[in-house]
Amino acid sequence: MKVLIPTPLRQYADKKDAVDVSATTVGEALSQLTQQHPDLKKHLYTDGGQLRAFVNVYLNDEDIRYLEKDKTPVSPTDTLSIVPSIAGGRRN
Amino acid sequence: MATTLQQSPPTTSTNTLSNDEVLRYSRHLIMPEVGMEGQLKLKAARVLCIGAGGLGSPLALYLGAAGVGTIGIVDFDVVDYTNLQRQIIHTTADVGRKKLDSAEDKLKAINPNVNVIRYETRLSSANALELFRDFDLIIDGTDNFPTRYLVNDACVLSGKPNVYGSIFRFEGQVSVFATEEGPCYRCLYPEPPPPGLVPSCAEGGVLGILPGLVGVMQATEAIKLILGKGEPLIGRLLLVDALAMRFRELKLRKNPDCPACGKRTIKELIDYNEFCGIRGEEKPVETQVPTISVEELKQRLDKGDDLFVLDVREPHEYQICNINGYLIPLNDLPKRVNELDSSREIVAHCRSGMRSAKAVQFLRQAGFNKVKNLTGGILAWAEKIDPKMPKY
Repeated sequence: MKVLIPTPLRQYADKKDAVDVSATTVGEALSQLTQQHPDLKKHLYTDGGQLRAFVNVYLNDEDIRYLEKDKTPVSPTDTLSIVPSIAGGRRN
Repeated sequence: MATTLQQSPPTTSTNTLSNDEVLRYSRHLIMPEVGMEGQLKLKAARVLCIGAGGLGSPLALYLGAAGVGTIGIVDFDVVDYTNLQRQIIHTTADVGRKKLDSAEDKLKAINPNVNVIRYETRLSSANALELFRDFDLIIDGTDNFPTRYLVNDACVLSGKPNVYGSIFRFEGQVSVFATEEGPCYRCLYPEPPPPGLVPSCAEGGVLGILPGLVGVMQATEAIKLILGKGEPLIGRLLLVDALAMRFRELKLRKNPDCPACGKRTIKELIDYNEFCGIRGEEKPVETQVPTISVEELKQRLDKGDDLFVLDVREPHEYQICNINGYLIPLNDLPKRVNELDSSREIVAHCRSGMRSAKAVQFLRQAGFNKVKNLTGGILAWAEKIDPKMPKY
């Protein structure tokens, strides 16, 4: 299945906008993703292994928080989207 | 289902259109979705635009053209040359002027009927609730996380819808938050990212057209809410990828546990800078590494010292200008560190000194102890050593 990588995170995924993974649950899919691209891990997960609160994961068009979170089953034709918060251009 | 705004009853002047206005808005009036009734609603509407920059520019222009009767603008900034690539309400002649002055001029030039209310201030917890009170609808065109949370919370507490739009490089998001039945920004993002964890636009740039695309979508949603027509983006997050020209929509749910609009445990505005900086606040890396000034670098290079200049910017930046450094983009440094000789004195630079500070920190951790950061980067070099070099 495809995992769509949002622009702010593409630099940690070899500049790819989508990554193919093979999985049966959302959790597996994300785990495969961070195995293929370890730099993504700290941007997606806290040190304690929780998905960061400013990152949302959607299975097709549904937020996984309202499905079964990382236990949500997935099929090969599904798309997982990572949607981080963005706020434009102020230089920090 | 269409949502109608709660508006105060229109005053006499907004009960009719002059002959001039009828002619001006004729293309609206002949459409059943607007008509006289809709145009009068627009005339009676009071919309507050936070920011007259990238998003604020196109949205204010279109709201003015459409006949929104009162447009408030909050902006304390001055027009900068680099704004012109995308902030189309401002022109070259406006560089150096207050954005409020520039925006007001253009709005009145397009539509003298618009009542422009200026707020030359930074939106804050101290003034937001009072500011929002006089308006029906708030449009968030800001460029930082603390203000987004501030606007959201103030909208929820004031009962005013928040037309949200945000951009990054060539991607955008649009939605309508803080309506009674719909979610708010915190339902989507309960917590802000810690500073430094989400790349800022600082070295990322933004496609000039992008705030145009997203800003006009925000204006569209505002107009639909005022008219009570069509399906607004309530409970819907529209994602735009301008490079692929793909639009996607994700479902947003109102979170019953949301501290703002669900449980309503947020009863007043907080310190949003603290809220956004509260986790992982670090001293800036630039203060933690050894440095060298551009003057000293120039002196030593002229003397013929054996210095290795490492440029950690991207290839397209090297093409704009360079000081003949050895190019290894920052993200590639871990993979290519073996190309560097730790016995040599290395000066690392980037555009402004931030990325190169991280490079120096990384190299020192990797055992390089003769590496320094060029303070101010190539911008400082262009400023103080080689004025012919372009700045970007």
